[in-house]
Amino acid sequence: MSIGQSILRSRAVAALTSPHGVDRYLEQVNPMWAAHEVRARIVSVDREVDVPGHPPVATITLQPTSTWRGHRAGQHVQLGVEIDGARRTTRVFTVSSPDSRRGDRFTITLRANPDGVVSRYLVKRATPGTMVHLSEAEGDFVLPDHVPEHVLFISGGSGITPVMSMLRSLQRRTHRGRVTFVHYAQSPDHQIFAAELDEIRRSGHGIDVHLLHPELGDPALSPAWLERLVPGYRDVPTWACGPAPLIEAVQAAYDGSDALRVEYFKAPRPAASSEVGGDVSFSRSGESAPNSGASLLEQAEALGLRPEFGCRMGICFTCTSRKSEGTVRNVLTGEESSLPDEDIRICVSAPVGDCTVEL
Amino acid sequence: MTVTAQSAPTDTHTIPGDALLRRLTPEQIEAFGAELDEIRQRVIGRLGEEDATYIRNVVKAQRAFEVAGRALFYVPPAWPLAVAALSVSKILDNMEIGHNVMHGQYDWMGDPGLNSRMYEWDNVCPSDQWKYSHNYIHHTYTNILGKDRDIGYGILRMDEEQEWKPHYLGNPLYATLLMLGFEWGVAMHDLEFERIMAGEKTWAETKHLHAGLIRKIRNQALKDYLLFPALTGPLFPLTFAGNATANLVRNIWAFNIIFCGHFPAGVSTFSQEECEDESRGHWYYRQLLGSANITGSKLFHVMTGNLSHQIEHHLFPDLPARRYPEIAEEVREICERYGIAYNTGPLGKQLGSVARKICRFALPDKAPRFLPGFLGGGRSGEPVAETPLAA
Ligand SMILES: Cc1cc2nc3c(=O)[nH]c(=O)nc-3n(C[C@H](O)[C@H](O)[C@H](O)COP(=O)(O)OP(=O)(O)OC[C@H]3O[C@@H](n4cnc5c(N)ncnc54)[C@H](O)[C@@H]3O)c2cc1C
Ligand code: FES
Repeated sequence: MSIGQSILRSRAVAALTSPHGVDRYLEQVNPMWAAHEVRARIVSVDREVDVPGHPPVATITLQPTSTWRGHRAGQHVQLGVEIDGARRTTRVFTVSSPDSRRGDRFTITLRANPDGVVSRYLVKRATPGTMVHLSEAEGDFVLPDHVPEHVLFISGGSGITPVMSMLRSLQRRTHRGRVTFVHYAQSPDHQIFAAELDEIRRSGHGIDVHLLHPELGDPALSPAWLERLVPGYRDVPTWACGPAPLIEAVQAAYDGSDALRVEYFKAPRPAASSEVGGDVSFSRSGESAPNSGASLLEQAEALGLRPEFGCRMGICFTCTSRKSEGTVRNVLTGEESSLPDEDIRICVSAPVGDCTVEL
Repeated sequence: MTVTAQSAPTDTHTIPGDALLRRLTPEQIEAFGAELDEIRQRVIGRLGEEDATYIRNVVKAQRAFEVAGRALFYVPPAWPLAVAALSVSKILDNMEIGHNVMHGQYDWMGDPGLNSRMYEWDNVCPSDQWKYSHNYIHHTYTNILGKDRDIGYGILRMDEEQEWKPHYLGNPLYATLLMLGFEWGVAMHDLEFERIMAGEKTWAETKHLHAGLIRKIRNQALKDYLLFPALTGPLFPLTFAGNATANLVRNIWAFNIIFCGHFPAGVSTFSQEECEDESRGHWYYRQLLGSANITGSKLFHVMTGNLSHQIEHHLFPDLPARRYPEIAEEVREICERYGIAYNTGPLGKQLGSVARKICRFALPDKAPRFLPGFLGGGRSGEPVAETPLAA
């Protein structure tokens, strides 16, 4: 950290700028100056995939403030944009560039979801110079410092971003071991990072790249197919990220092996309705309905409520609401909790039986 | 009888404000409430970039005044300018920014720097304590005797329903002291000294407030009375005095604006019985009868944090205050149709009215004959709306 940074973060400066804090002054002079908060300026927006009639994918290069502590390949970041200069909306995206250090430029790569507030804005409307708000990098879906001799990456669609960051980091670290990289896309036209992957495939260096398009006749993922590609794959350290059906297939193929690590972009679907029972009530709006087993956020939305949300994955705490009674299950960990008057993240909490939330 | 949160007026006689509330039929009150709800929905639908830009510009101006003020203390001849800039900074911070942001008026922006849960203002009152006593108690129970502790702040007698006691002879003196130390009055508000003195509450019961209060006072004192003066070296005493003056100017200004909001003649108070289980329309109606506006220029409104539109603020406490002037025109028109008095006037008139009330209520109600007429004047809750009601 530079001397300037140390001074700006000192207790003396905090006392002088109390109660607002030094960042509230620095930002008035230059939005790229910060002592605690992390922000970034968009440097460029480059289309990766542009198939007519399909949502485009773009890579966004960000120049963060010097407060960005860097990231480990595979980590994600909360990114907030002020759409039309007013409402700040925050979503989560994975860093797609290799490991970064303090203040380093990095990229995110995202698909403009058809009704996505933030993703559409970033891909279609944001221009170089636009400021965005960031968290520090988060997440433990990362490469270990000592990379095993052979690693396997499996991804689908935009789930390529964390494993791409890992692959790029391995290349930069001049990793000598073997890497098997399997990616599923709708078609070659939908392939994100197509040129770069092609280059890597042709140059060899111990990286086997397999780009597959099951909708065009390529084999779908199965234990037999994996076994042929990587004999003994269940013992090979594997990182997998992609849509729910792909992750479910991978999990089935690995059969509980602890060599497998998965990352979700979306909370997995909780149990089917028959097993859960009871009613869900939202006390402030007076709405209630039979418990469908989905997350409380989705059940609230189904009743026409519009609770605030950010990541829909239990990361950002935007959706935190007070549960006055009932039992909920965390859809990520399976943990259950029955405490009354408990603050819960409704995006990853599914009710088990009767449940009342103050919404 | 001292009016406090616990010792409510026990006799169930109606007071003038109650009579006013009964002038509209329940149906009229409901229709009236629906019209106000409609305004609210419309404004919420329009919130956007303009409001965001406005509040950010005010913040920018406030930060600029603050930095300028602190810097000008290095130039001794510019001392008055430095004090002026710092006073403006503190007034903007406390009123147009702090008060309004802490009401949640800008929460929809999703900006942590302008969020009601996170904003902390530049005075000695911790924001969380103020939000409870102000946003909750005062805005919910506005002008309900025995509930709203902002009626006289537990020190002053501001209403004939507060029983006269000899110590109220000090009313004008207490008001002056409260004005000069207003930030301290606001900070100590939650401790409820008057109830501790009356033996209704113990000092130990306020313990949960102490740590926050002490921390905030320490931080404020540290920067205004030690660090910034010390940074100006030999000019320490001048800077110290300048910072104290800026705090004083803000105190006087805020006190005056706020007292004009609820205490000019014609503003009503209400009994707890009248307001039990009230409807939304009744709540709106009470807010309207219990508040008063001040007329003035655009700059004046900004410097009051738009509390010059106290009526609109009490109807819609969580709408961005910059919207109050445009809302006011509609509210006035609605009031005219329902025959409800809309209490407004220039600062001088409203202040004079408040000052008269402070002096008038220093004395017992049956004023002895020798008193000058203006002190024996009108009851505060006297109905001012005499026009017949629209059907
Ligand atoms: C750890 C992590 C890493 C991620 N990394 C990436 C990445 O690298 N690249 C990438 O492209 N994506 C990534 N995502 C996914 C991304 O965060 C989501 O797709 C996010 O929703 C995108 O924001 P948005 O603006 O497109 O959409 P949102 O506005 O959030 O809408 C997205 C979808 O949410 C649903 N939705 C929104 N509002 C409602 C409503 N009111 N009722 C019902 N459903 C609603 C809809 O299905 C909609 O299409 C990641 C997610 C996580 C959790
Ligand atoms: S929406 Fe982010 S934690 Fe629920």
